[in-house]
Amino acid sequence: MTLPTPEVTPLNEAYWAGLAAGELRFQHCPHCGHRWLPARRECPACLREGAGWEKAAGTGQVISWVVYHTAYHDAFRDRLPYNVAIVELDEGPRLITNILAPHDSIAAGMRVRLEVQSDFGVSLPRFAPAGTP
Amino acid sequence: MMRGKFVIAGVGHTAFGTLPGRSTVSLNVEACRRALEDAGIEKQAVDGVFVKTPTSAREILYGQTLSEALGLQPRIGIALDQGGAANMSGVAFACLAIEAGMCEVALVCYADNPRSGSRATYARPRGDDAAFGWFSTAAGYAMIHRRHVAEHGTPEAAFGAVAVAARRHGAANPHAQLRKPLTLDGYLATPPLVAPLRRDDCALISDGAAALVVMSARRARELGVKAAVPILGMGQAHTSWEVTQRPCLTSTRAKDAARDAFAMAGLAPADIQVAQIYDCFTITVLMTLEDYGFCPPGQAEGFVREGRIEHGGDLPINTAGGLLSETGMPGLQLVIEAVRQVRGTATLQVPGVRHALVSNQGGTMHTHATLILGG
Repeated sequence: MTLPTPEVTPLNEAYWAGLAAGELRFQHCPHCGHRWLPARRECPACLREGAGWEKAAGTGQVISWVVYHTAYHDAFRDRLPYNVAIVELDEGPRLITNILAPHDSIAAGMRVRLEVQSDFGVSLPRFAPAGTP
Repeated sequence: MMRGKFVIAGVGHTAFGTLPGRSTVSLNVEACRRALEDAGIEKQAVDGVFVKTPTSAREILYGQTLSEALGLQPRIGIALDQGGAANMSGVAFACLAIEAGMCEVALVCYADNPRSGSRATYARPRGDDAAFGWFSTAAGYAMIHRRHVAEHGTPEAAFGAVAVAARRHGAANPHAQLRKPLTLDGYLATPPLVAPLRRDDCALISDGAAALVVMSARRARELGVKAAVPILGMGQAHTSWEVTQRPCLTSTRAKDAARDAFAMAGLAPADIQVAQIYDCFTITVLMTLEDYGFCPPGQAEGFVREGRIEHGGDLPINTAGGLLSETGMPGLQLVIEAVRQVRGTATLQVPGVRHALVSNQGGTMHTHATLILGG
């Protein structure tokens, strides 16, 4: 069973290429300085084009998280229960991810750090508790 | 001055539950026919059709397909897409069109058949993030629910109290899809679906339709409408951004929708005797009570656990069972119950209703609309 794979487009290919090289990138606006994910052509703050990509430090905090006890796709059936979380990077952008920790240890505000993992050939940005080696 | 200038002249709905073999257009036509009968007017009077697009099966030109089935060529015909808020936004847009002289009598309606048709929309992958297992409507609300617990310490029993009240009220409603009562222990004993959500935190999935007839109070008098219910206040405001992107998860622009509706009506939360609060998930009820000012942020939990939202309490909500018990159809059934409460014809009638409030919202709290009705 294959995972639902992200659609790589000219707009987001730098994002996925970054992850394949082990780094998480976000977009930043050269005009107003706004930073965001996911990839867009126009800055959602000043609406201008020309966004660049910047490497994230890879640290952030958990905003919220859920634990699936039911699978909406066969690829996740034997992973139950699994968590999905919103993490806010220290640079500001937020993203959907998985937390590499026991579910009952996850907390809002928990400090996490990036751990890029390959899953069925796709490099995904996941996060582990910041304190762990 | 918009207060009291427009009315809901008639309401109608189909059976709720599993209605195999019925298209959404057919369901809409039945609900519209019943609403016109309730208003006591002929369909020839209708020159506006405002329909919310079916959630589970989107079609292009849906407003026109429905108008054909209704045998109407309306001056204004439009399909609205704001998720669950589109029902009451439809009421507001109908009033604005009438005010502008662009139509006189409007049908506002909605139908869907996900129970006997496709439920795929509720289980959908959420874009590229499906690679992380991020699927379903429920999971988005679970994310908000969890953050509310994290910020305010909201106990499980508060979510349970919302579910228990809805099921108690639904049990008294002969039209409700789920009439089996629920106890708090029963709620707490249910396993999680997408934790922290349990099955009983989630709206039903339902086939069905509902419709309203909207016109000016003056036109209602001219047409001899018997039980027109005045619209006192309306508001809408849309958080719009995905759950991942919005800076705050535990309050939405519901606050602004309510502020505008209360201002138009010249009323405050204390003036409301009964409320129909959109309860697609129990967290939505707690946050709406807080954003509307019925209780301060983080304090809805005490409010609902004291039984104040049950019939007999000081703010009974979802007196026909809401989305958790009457029908999972997104929202118009709540307006119909508010109409019944103002008319004094509800099954669980609240005594002395002068002002009834309704909230509708859609997406993952992306959209919000507020309506205040009263005599």
